[in-house]
Amino acid sequence: MDYLIRLVQMHETFRKPELDALADLAGLDVQWLSYSLASPFAIVRFPPGIDTTVAARTLISRSLLCNAIYELWGTGTDYTTLHADIRHRTEFLWPHYRDVSFRFELDSFHGSRTTAEQRSIIETFAYMDFQGPIVMNRPDHQFRVFEDSELIGTTPHALHLGRLVATSGRKAMNMYNLKKRRYIATTSMDAELSLITANLAQAGPGRIAYDPFVGTGSFPLACAHFGSMVFGSDLDGRCIRGKGDKTVQSNFEQYGTSTLYLGGLVADITNTPLREERLLNCVVCDPPYGVREGLKVLGSNRAVLQDVVYLADGKQAHLQPNYIPPKKPYSFLRMLDDILDFSATRLVDGGRLCMWMPVAGAVDLDDHSEAQAVKDAEYEIPRHPALELVAVCTQDFNKWSRRLLTYRRAPGESVDEDAMLAYQAQRLTVANMEDDGKKADDLNAFRRKYFQGFKNATV
Amino acid sequence: MKLLTLNFLTCARKTCKSNAAAFPLHPKEAELEQVETDMNPLFIKNILPRLDWEAMKTLTTELGLPNLPAETPSDEELATDGEPSQTAKDLHTLLMETSIQSGKLVCGNCEHEYAVKEGIANFLLPSHMV
Repeated sequence: MDYLIRLVQMHETFRKPELDALADLAGLDVQWLSYSLASPFAIVRFPPGIDTTVAARTLISRSLLCNAIYELWGTGTDYTTLHADIRHRTEFLWPHYRDVSFRFELDSFHGSRTTAEQRSIIETFAYMDFQGPIVMNRPDHQFRVFEDSELIGTTPHALHLGRLVATSGRKAMNMYNLKKRRYIATTSMDAELSLITANLAQAGPGRIAYDPFVGTGSFPLACAHFGSMVFGSDLDGRCIRGKGDKTVQSNFEQYGTSTLYLGGLVADITNTPLREERLLNCVVCDPPYGVREGLKVLGSNRAVLQDVVYLADGKQAHLQPNYIPPKKPYSFLRMLDDILDFSATRLVDGGRLCMWMPVAGAVDLDDHSEAQAVKDAEYEIPRHPALELVAVCTQDFNKWSRRLLTYRRAPGESVDEDAMLAYQAQRLTVANMEDDGKKADDLNAFRRKYFQGFKNATV
Repeated sequence: MKLLTLNFLTCARKTCKSNAAAFPLHPKEAELEQVETDMNPLFIKNILPRLDWEAMKTLTTELGLPNLPAETPSDEELATDGEPSQTAKDLHTLLMETSIQSGKLVCGNCEHEYAVKEGIANFLLPSHMV
């Protein structure tokens, strides 16, 4: 049988990539029979020869962007065709459901029905001849009639009937709600999106996830929710250490996942202490956009700091316990490149990198005009020869938007060596370009546009 | 930081990365803490191929912890009759329950010392080492 997925009608571009990532993680070959960004109903088919009920449950159990999955009993453009399709698909099943307790519901997307209308619609299914008791609370089987309407329309253009198989993992977003989290900061990623990111990264039991911009730990917390072992680093040790009983560690204790938290490190992505061995399964991060503070990296442009600094009493400054190393401005594009290279050298085959990236101006995927082409070129999706781009998801904020980029580490043998050499050479050229003396705005086009209020963002 | 973290860490200096002596980092004046946690046999099994066994042995010796077996245990040695074996339990205690609260991590190549405070290691380098 086919299955109907009731999706949520938000974060639309994230929905299919999330389910595809979960299907891939579970080794399921899902065939999408119908899917549209404009509709919360998708129909899928599982390959023959497997227990499809188990497959449906597995696919959906972790998902954030759907509510539930239903066995599809029928579909149609109006009630006449719907009833005919139900008869055609499921007549042989009706006797099985004759004596069980059941419940019928109506789910009207972009529309509403009065109780009387709902009742009369449900009564039209009487021909299925269910004789069991009608139970509202925990019935044996739940059936749901779905109506899909246009935003400003009077009659639904598509109807479905489904039997509930499993509900999704969406409850987790209430548990991880930032309002209830002990320790957060100004840029903590909201619960829903961090859990989605963990799904796209395929975090899971027995795997290791790393966040190079850990902050208050939103992404590692989400990955640990799905059973992954996690650790992370940040250039600013204060946010990992927190204050008093509000620390990253305390967040893990709040959710009961501190056994999965390996620890936090104070470190910089350009001088990372991680070994150059391919040991990680997931790299998840929301790198700084450089708006609140300019991007910083270890090092200094001042000549006097290029050598060991001695204090007045002859001691070496960097060996003092309260020493704070100098930092210099860092280009946004170089940071993205560094994240990609870091991931390519440390992810196992098939391991995933999920990275957020801000874009000035709203992204219009249907706009093929020249102005849009110019804009796309400016915010080109960073590429790496050893990383395959899996999905691009966009969250729109009117004047700006951000993308969640998901990459998969290509198996070692499939990476083109020439492309790799060319890439390394190009990285060296960029690294040798003089960033010295440049201000944060020169190094970060997004920051510059942000402070110009995104005027002429397309120019 | 849990001891397992040390399996992933080396010196932050670029010049040390390719040098075998930089891994593992050597704990110095380390104050250890043990917190009992539930065991996850699947994780131990999955992490085993990624462990640098020689480095783990060096660490246990340096920290004065019970010695590990000479060779990486096989999958069969991790479970007896479906129950986690003593070897698996020992590994769990070492990697997941033992953590460094404070002290120093020293690079075996350049001898730079990284401080660990409140369980968080600081790998920031002064500008002359970047």
